[in-house]
Amino acid sequence: MKYTERFDGRKPEELREMDAKVGVVKNAVGSAMFKIGKTVAIAAVYGPKDLFPKHLQNPKKGVLRCNYNMVAFSGAGDRVRPGPSRRSKEISMVTKNALEPALDLSPFPKTVVDVFVELIQTDAGTRCAGICAASLALADAGFKMKDLVCAVSGGVVGGMPVADVDYAEESFEGGSVDIPVAMMPRNGEITLLQLDGEVSKEDLLKAVDLAKKGCQDIYELQRKALREKYAKEETK
Amino acid sequence: MIKKDYIKSLLDKGTRIDGRKPDQYRDPISIEYGVSAKSAEGSARVKIGDTEVIAGVKLDLGTPYSDRPDEGTIMVNVELLPLSSPLFESGPPSIDSIELARVTDRGIRECHAIDFKKLCIKKGEKIWMVFVDIYPINADGNLFDACALAAMAAIKDARFPKLDEDNNVDYKNRTDDPLPLSKTPISCTVWKLGDKYLIDPLVDEEHAADARVTIVFIENGQICAMQKGKDSEITGKDLKAMVELAEIKQQELRKQLK
Repeated sequence: MKYTERFDGRKPEELREMDAKVGVVKNAVGSAMFKIGKTVAIAAVYGPKDLFPKHLQNPKKGVLRCNYNMVAFSGAGDRVRPGPSRRSKEISMVTKNALEPALDLSPFPKTVVDVFVELIQTDAGTRCAGICAASLALADAGFKMKDLVCAVSGGVVGGMPVADVDYAEESFEGGSVDIPVAMMPRNGEITLLQLDGEVSKEDLLKAVDLAKKGCQDIYELQRKALREKYAKEETK
Repeated sequence: MIKKDYIKSLLDKGTRIDGRKPDQYRDPISIEYGVSAKSAEGSARVKIGDTEVIAGVKLDLGTPYSDRPDEGTIMVNVELLPLSSPLFESGPPSIDSIELARVTDRGIRECHAIDFKKLCIKKGEKIWMVFVDIYPINADGNLFDACALAAMAAIKDARFPKLDEDNNVDYKNRTDDPLPLSKTPISCTVWKLGDKYLIDPLVDEEHAADARVTIVFIENGQICAMQKGKDSEITGKDLKAMVELAEIKQQELRKQLK
């Protein structure tokens, strides 16, 4: 089955409507909300704090710990059972791997920095939304970072390469490929890459290119969100 | 200890850390509905000062308990997300989150806020199960009242999903039918420190307090659930004063619900 026009009328390279806000959890050292379409992620950063048991400590730098979680009512159908699953544990790991290259924790040896990501509403693209929120939260917390990390999926839906696959497209009967990509936009380095589905080499590269273009849009929005909070503080 | 003495000395002067009176809620209190409308059948966000809580309702079909063959069921769950406070840790539910969930659950269950008989589709075979999941986003005190209010707001916001011809849930399509609500329970928790009472505490005030009593009221002023918390005793005189204070103050929260 061919897919010629996107269900929600977007252009192939067009992302869903986005929103980003920094400083949404007062208790946290840094925090952010990132919304893309109907997917909403909240991230909060705590630390650096002492890490126990001691054998987990790194004497050269702080350790980053990430936890990705979907709240029980955030799924498309049935209630999500609370607590970690194989899926959420893997996503927590790839989230950490996506953020770590951007982050310099060398000033904080033997400590841990915790990043908690909660999805309160989902419509596909949750790990990417989580990474966008988490990277903003780390910046909000004031950690030294090489760049922000931006993430969005590329995809091939019914033969058409697109950016930012939503749930309806992900479940397209004629076949769909989902390729979550995270990158540091300044130098174009990729820090997350996964793929579900079946795709040709050519289409893969096209879809990754679309995702990378999408990341540039996200980058603009993230920087705007940070400016909104900190430009205000400067003028005070 | 120093904080406790400080909070106490302020209360003796009739004031608090943030300048409020002992019987004063933080301002503003707000309720926002449909915060997870795409995913949950009902949802809401409650803010009391800097405390923020979200709640969501999921509806699913199940089989009834054998001793209640014609009644639906409800389950209320609270997870103290480490995202919401440096004092919460990852791992299995703490006793604090279990108490919070059970007290919230009882307030809704015991007054039959939802008419469970109307959740029955086929006696002995098929009923609706109501899952209410509550999460603090920023925990800055008074989670008892915030969680109960968020739960009721999400329940009021909920609409049944459609059933297909085989009586399976079609989550993509929702009806306009709300849950069969017969009462609206509202929780107000009064805290005691020394010989003074206060409501809507900050986290430091909660830690300093000697005892608390959560009291849940329905519209006609009847009480439908209570819980005394913390490890100090209260007298009969305390109880009377605390119930009287809670009865007045719960009306302020009730006004916020649509």
